[in-house]
Amino acid sequence: MSSQAWINLAYLAAAMLFIVAFKLMSGPRTAVRGIFLGAAGMAIAIVAALFEAPIREAVAARGSWPIGMLLVAGGIGAAIGATMALRYPMTGMPQMVALLNGFGGAASAFVAAAELWNKPVVARLAEEADKATPAALAAVGDLAPWTQFSIATALAGLIGAVTFCGSLVAFGKLEELPRFKKPWTDPNRHWINLGLAVLAVALVAGIAARPESFLLFLLLVIAAGALGITLTLPIGGADMPVVICLLNSYSGLAAAAAGFVIDNSVLVIAGSLVGASGLILTAIMCQAMNRSLVGVLFGGLGTTAAVSGDDVYEGKIKSAGAEEIAMILEGADRVVIVPGYGLAVAQAQHAVRELADALEKRGTTVEYAIHPVAGRMPGHMNVLLAEADVPYEKLREMDDINPTFPETDVAIVIGANDVVNPAARNDPSSPIAGMPILDVDKARTVVVVKRSLSPGFAGIPNPLFAADNTLMYFADGKKAILDLTAALQQS
Amino acid sequence: MLPLLLADAAVPEDPAAKFIRLLTVFLLAMWVGFEVITKVPQRLHTPLTSGSNAISGITAVGAIVAAGSVVSVFGTTFGLVAVVFAMINVAGGFVVTWRMLQMFNPKKK
Repeated sequence: MSSQAWINLAYLAAAMLFIVAFKLMSGPRTAVRGIFLGAAGMAIAIVAALFEAPIREAVAARGSWPIGMLLVAGGIGAAIGATMALRYPMTGMPQMVALLNGFGGAASAFVAAAELWNKPVVARLAEEADKATPAALAAVGDLAPWTQFSIATALAGLIGAVTFCGSLVAFGKLEELPRFKKPWTDPNRHWINLGLAVLAVALVAGIAARPESFLLFLLLVIAAGALGITLTLPIGGADMPVVICLLNSYSGLAAAAAGFVIDNSVLVIAGSLVGASGLILTAIMCQAMNRSLVGVLFGGLGTTAAVSGDDVYEGKIKSAGAEEIAMILEGADRVVIVPGYGLAVAQAQHAVRELADALEKRGTTVEYAIHPVAGRMPGHMNVLLAEADVPYEKLREMDDINPTFPETDVAIVIGANDVVNPAARNDPSSPIAGMPILDVDKARTVVVVKRSLSPGFAGIPNPLFAADNTLMYFADGKKAILDLTAALQQS
Repeated sequence: MLPLLLADAAVPEDPAAKFIRLLTVFLLAMWVGFEVITKVPQRLHTPLTSGSNAISGITAVGAIVAAGSVVSVFGTTFGLVAVVFAMINVAGGFVVTWRMLQMFNPKKK
């Protein structure tokens, strides 16, 4: 078997390991094995890449320093990545994932740039026939019509640059850097996006026609980068999970495009797996908000609330303090905790866990109801609560836990708003009408921990707060829960 | 039969044929991806996102070949930057995912 055949076999093994890794992601225990198999696949693919013909030729011609150079660069990257991943607080996972995703996109764009630069050089070398190496000769054959190569290169550059810049903006938003606090709502933004998109497509066509012009590629990357920024800037708050999924999908598609550039099937397979995973998650997130992808990306919520908060809340709000709520909790058999993004902001996950421990000590059943879009990335609440050692089995999905609310004595809502708004179910004119929600209003008593009556991301009042069975507990999430636990333990 | 018999390493593959070969792989892998990933429970969506993010670092393979062939100064430089970025993505992605999954599986004390 030729050495190329061995390399391809290694790539095949890597691709199979990636598929198995995704397959094992179906349970928390098998997922650990899955992630090690995925890493093993990656290691196999990387080692195999070091034996590719162009590298062996470079080593034959120049000595072993090209390999050394690669090992140093790879080592630096791996050290930076691992350090970031180990140091970053668990609560900052959404922005960490966004940042890492950006690096992947940028890497694909740089691969495209390198290939575009190298290809004409290889061709020129090949023209000097006597000096040409066999690999260069093969490359000449590839060159004959450049179109496939150049379009794939342009696409890798385009998607890679959109991913990189979009991910950086997403990182800034999730990290809540002051500059990104307010979503960009310039009314001309659709025209700007359209203009940049048309420019990018024109540049892709230009590169297809004249792949030897590196300037066109540079312009494409700049236009695509700007597009990544202008597409992500208007998207705010609760829509971030969709953006994270979509960018994740893009980074996979960029890698797949790079695979078309260098004719490598493991890149195509891994890239399309990631692309598929991101697209599925995007669809799930959109469904969970009952909104279309186009609506999330371009619409904003659009509607201005016709109902003002005063009409809904006036005279109907009952507020309570820690002692009063502790008394109700004392008599409860079943308590469901409903976390939202506010829980992450208040960093109250450990306090919540302690409250649950105190309740369970008294013989109360405690479970957690997780809405698919609660938080800023898919599954955000699960990771947050898992960090506080909440057992995986107690984190229940929406469809699973909704039927149990009528048998629930107390539902404690912490930092969630739109995902528990009964208007989605009852009021067809509501901007969130039809969005699947957690039916907390069906619990015997609802305790809402919130700083004020301010609206959530959708900007609409929440009739839940004014319901007869609802008690508002106005306080900072963490302090509220700590006080509640203390009151419960004293009694 | 004749063209098949003549197909030899020295005769380069028709670029259109190559494109379709890769497109086949792409579409089949997408299909497998859809089938496998729809089975991942919602509770594991964050590790799924970060794990697939790590796997998108596969572009490291392309980066290594582009940089390691040392064909041109710029090509090599771009390739090396790509190697660094891709490895940040790979190492960071796997470590973050592993950390998350550790939390889902607390050690029995």
